[in-house]
Amino acid sequence: MEIIANHRPLVAVAVSLVAAVAILLSRRHPNLRESWTLVAAVTKLAIVVSMLPGVLEGIVYESRSLEILPGWSLHLKTDPFGMVFALLAASLWIVTSLYSIGYMRAGGYTHQAGYFASFAVCVSSAIGIAFAANLATFFLFYEILTIATYPLVVHRRNDEAIGGGRKYLAYTLIAGQVLLVAILWAARLSPGASFSPGGFLAGTASPTSLRVLFVMFMIGIGVKAAIMPLHGWLPAAMVAPTPVSALLHAVAVVKAGTFGCVRIIGFVFGVDLVAELGMGTVLATFAAFTIVIASLRALGEDHLKRRLAYSTVSQLSYIVLGAALGSVTAIVGAIFHIAAHGFMKITLFFCAGSIYTKTHKEYIRDLKGLGRTMPVTFGAFTIGALGLAGMPLMAGFLSKWNLGLGALESGQPVVVFVLVLSGLLNFAYFFPIVHTAFFDGDGRGFRFDEASPLIWAPLALTAVFSIVLGVAPNYGFHFYELAQQAAASLFAPGPIMLAGGGS
Amino acid sequence: MMENAPVLILLAPLTGALLIPLLGFRFGRAVTMASLVASLFFGLSSLAQSLSAGPVHYHLAGWSPPWGIEIVVDPLSGVVASLVSAMAVLAAMYSGPFLAGWTRRRAGTFYSVYCLLVSGLVGIVITGDLFNLYVFLEISSLSAYALLSTGGSRSIVAVFRYLLIGTVAASFYLLGVGYLYAMTGTLNMADMSARLPNDDVAVLVVAASFIVIGLAIKAALFPLHGWLPDAYTYAPGPVVGFIAAVMAKVSAYALYRILYYVFDPVGGPRQPIELLGWASVIAVVAGSLMALAQKDVQRMLAYSSIGQMGYIMLGIAIGSPLALTGAVLHVINHAVMKGCLFMAVNGVQWKVGVFRVREFAGMAKRLPWTMGAFTVAALSMVGLPPTAGFFSKYYLALAAIESGHLSFLFALVLSSLLGAVYFFRVIEYAYLKTNDEPIEADAGTEVRELDASMLVPVVALAALVLLLGIFNQTVVTMLVVPGLPS
Amino acid sequence: MTIEALSSVNYWLAALLFVIGLYGILAPPNLVRKLMGMNIMQTAVIVFFITLGYKDDATPPIARHGDHEPVVRNYINPLPHTLMLTAIVVSVSTTGVALALLIRIHRRFGTLSEPELLEKLK
Repeated sequence: MEIIANHRPLVAVAVSLVAAVAILLSRRHPNLRESWTLVAAVTKLAIVVSMLPGVLEGIVYESRSLEILPGWSLHLKTDPFGMVFALLAASLWIVTSLYSIGYMRAGGYTHQAGYFASFAVCVSSAIGIAFAANLATFFLFYEILTIATYPLVVHRRNDEAIGGGRKYLAYTLIAGQVLLVAILWAARLSPGASFSPGGFLAGTASPTSLRVLFVMFMIGIGVKAAIMPLHGWLPAAMVAPTPVSALLHAVAVVKAGTFGCVRIIGFVFGVDLVAELGMGTVLATFAAFTIVIASLRALGEDHLKRRLAYSTVSQLSYIVLGAALGSVTAIVGAIFHIAAHGFMKITLFFCAGSIYTKTHKEYIRDLKGLGRTMPVTFGAFTIGALGLAGMPLMAGFLSKWNLGLGALESGQPVVVFVLVLSGLLNFAYFFPIVHTAFFDGDGRGFRFDEASPLIWAPLALTAVFSIVLGVAPNYGFHFYELAQQAAASLFAPGPIMLAGGGS
Repeated sequence: MMENAPVLILLAPLTGALLIPLLGFRFGRAVTMASLVASLFFGLSSLAQSLSAGPVHYHLAGWSPPWGIEIVVDPLSGVVASLVSAMAVLAAMYSGPFLAGWTRRRAGTFYSVYCLLVSGLVGIVITGDLFNLYVFLEISSLSAYALLSTGGSRSIVAVFRYLLIGTVAASFYLLGVGYLYAMTGTLNMADMSARLPNDDVAVLVVAASFIVIGLAIKAALFPLHGWLPDAYTYAPGPVVGFIAAVMAKVSAYALYRILYYVFDPVGGPRQPIELLGWASVIAVVAGSLMALAQKDVQRMLAYSSIGQMGYIMLGIAIGSPLALTGAVLHVINHAVMKGCLFMAVNGVQWKVGVFRVREFAGMAKRLPWTMGAFTVAALSMVGLPPTAGFFSKYYLALAAIESGHLSFLFALVLSSLLGAVYFFRVIEYAYLKTNDEPIEADAGTEVRELDASMLVPVVALAALVLLLGIFNQTVVTMLVVPGLPS
Repeated sequence: MTIEALSSVNYWLAALLFVIGLYGILAPPNLVRKLMGMNIMQTAVIVFFITLGYKDDATPPIARHGDHEPVVRNYINPLPHTLMLTAIVVSVSTTGVALALLIRIHRRFGTLSEPELLEKLK
């Protein structure tokens, strides 16, 4: 592994911060304002992608600047794991920006400057979290993400939005404090430590202390990762405008949580230590419960976005489960699912927004026959839903397959059962939507009556990419290869059996 | 002249105070600004000197200690003195519009007493003599009483109470100094530190207790804080930003100085320090709880200050290098944050006439920059990175864990969360709720931002909150650590 | 210089005055009485300090004409006296400020009794 000192990681983070200021200053010129967003998004993706070839070769780009806490500096490193999240966030930001522009303009929303500026800061923090090389940098961007998402959640400014915002803040700020205490503790055990594959806490304290510390970390991180019972904020946060729910609450914020989860398991404690402490099994149990119970809750929701929210809660725990199982293949599956789920879920949320923009319908019971007038939207929805259920040829299948194999590898076959059950439940709560859209209502033929292209084009794009990722998982961003490299780095070098698509 | 820099830090504002009446109360603002800027300049240069060459000792009138009174500028006192001067300059800038309608005589008197206040506070910080500290303590207190009582009829009653309590506090302090003098025969801090017995003699404990109680009252440590809420709530706009930011802290600094430089905290009186620790924990929690219950924003900020003084006292009580770093860092950070908050809120009251939380509805539209600065400072009070407040809290929390007092840690976390509640309440109203009822002092919701002379200090302080946060390690290594007791 | 605290009447007096003063600040409802209590308390501190400087069989610290090598033992310690001159000045200034405040309170509210004041402020 070769480390190159390079400021591209820092620039990638900073691009959208600069854009945020520019957006606020051009608040009276919508077109200029929007172009800042798009320029920044494209630039950011370009910078991140430019580092991809190097990372695949084993190069690590490192940017270390001023010290922010005793023993810790603002330290960014591009390892394969971080690249997965960064690529996901950067690529989806472009798509979401286009979608947002269409959505906000069609919906006649006010305060758009604040919206786009907050969005920019959020994506900035997401990249910061992805590339953070130590707990201090991680925590810094994690909390910035919390604060930057608040204006987005309460965007509509009605009582429901304010209530949702309060719940969101309550959960995330309390979790932030717990995380802070955990970080302080870790700072005392291992001052100045950076994230390292295999962890740095082994042997620094008694097993009981380490177990308590692990629990604290998981509570701190688990809120954003929506592990039950810490998930309550996510359905409440659906009061946000759909692009916010799509990118942030299906992709950025919650992925930051699960990303953090894997980081802590793999790079702070170390997979072996977690297994030794027995905490892997505990976490896996919580994750398994979340997967099943959230799916059951999804069945009971008639509000489309809330059903999607519970589906997200359930799917996120696939990632947590993979990390908790601790075998190589499981971790590959977990990391790949970060990307796969991102694309699939954002498609579904985009569809929900498209439906709302065109028809103002939010409840599933009202969707009868809409599939025939909005075929692109519901076609994409079908693709995303099948992918999440784990149908072969879709991205979701690949992650599930890896998770299943990983479960067998780590000697927990019951997990396979959970995965299968979850697939069935996914089908159960998505299929009725597809069915009622295409087959109910008055039996008229197909028309094309979608919302603006800025809205249906992005969702079509992400739907197609979900299929692409299932068939050729390394197309474009090399997600699968990155996942493999990342997982492999957590274990001692040796021959590794991996399943699924080639490179 | 520069070899007299240390004494000029406090002579400059003193001269200004005396000059204004001599000029017939004209040029009040100009003389004030000039003398305060001069004070800041001398403060910074003395600080720079102390950082490079070691503490600067200045013997007043050439009499050498322990018979003469000396001024000591070491990194710690240099930093605090410069902080006081800097806040004074900003507050003087800020006060312009408030005094615009006053008669020349009244405004001139105000500025004169203000300069006196600053010189008193600076004197407390840089003096090296225990009795001299009492003198400056009373100078600053009397000036503060005079200034605070200009805030309307409620303020007069509040200030009278403050006067009584403050004088009791100063008397306690003096009594403690008397015992110390009786034991050692000297009043010079350095000399006394060498002469005090190392073990826990009863007299030492009594003296320490008196001094601690006296200064703790002045620093508004729970449960001796009773004078603060009313005094700050009804305080007049021009000075509340300065006094709230600086006054109680200077007393906390004096306590720190005496406990760690005069007394030996290891071999000396442990009991008062432990008591201090427990009182601080309670202060931290109680202050936050009481702030939660307030409907008046300024009163909320006042109770929040009580909690924050608890943080500083907590650091002083724990006493480890980490804790003291946190305490000093928090002195700097909190002065900047609270100054910003009070100035912003007073600005709103000045411009729009409201002071209750629910009347802040829609305020962000009307005063965007002011409320933006308020938000930054509020996030800092809650302790969210990358604002300054997070970093001093981090040090204090780390110190709490290190010293094994997990209750301290719990108090810190709890107060952060409570702070989030009452600050976000104001932010919610300001940004998210629309203003339904018209307010007499304002018409509609168009942007009517503060005057520049008021806005610049507010925004500058908010910017400083961010800068102090991002560059906190620079501040710590260059300014705080050199000032720790060796 | 040692403290013969308990054997000296003065110290007891100082303590008594201090406590009386404190009581005076806390108990009476009338603001002027509180002010007087404050003064008494400050006086107590002054008495304390001055007593510190006392020596048996010593005279006030004024050297006699022609005495070029004064023996320190024969003169009481002047330092506490000078300190207390300052303290007295402080006390007088504080009283001045307090009285000014009281005049304003009386003009504005018509009463100097604390309970009545609190009523009027509600």
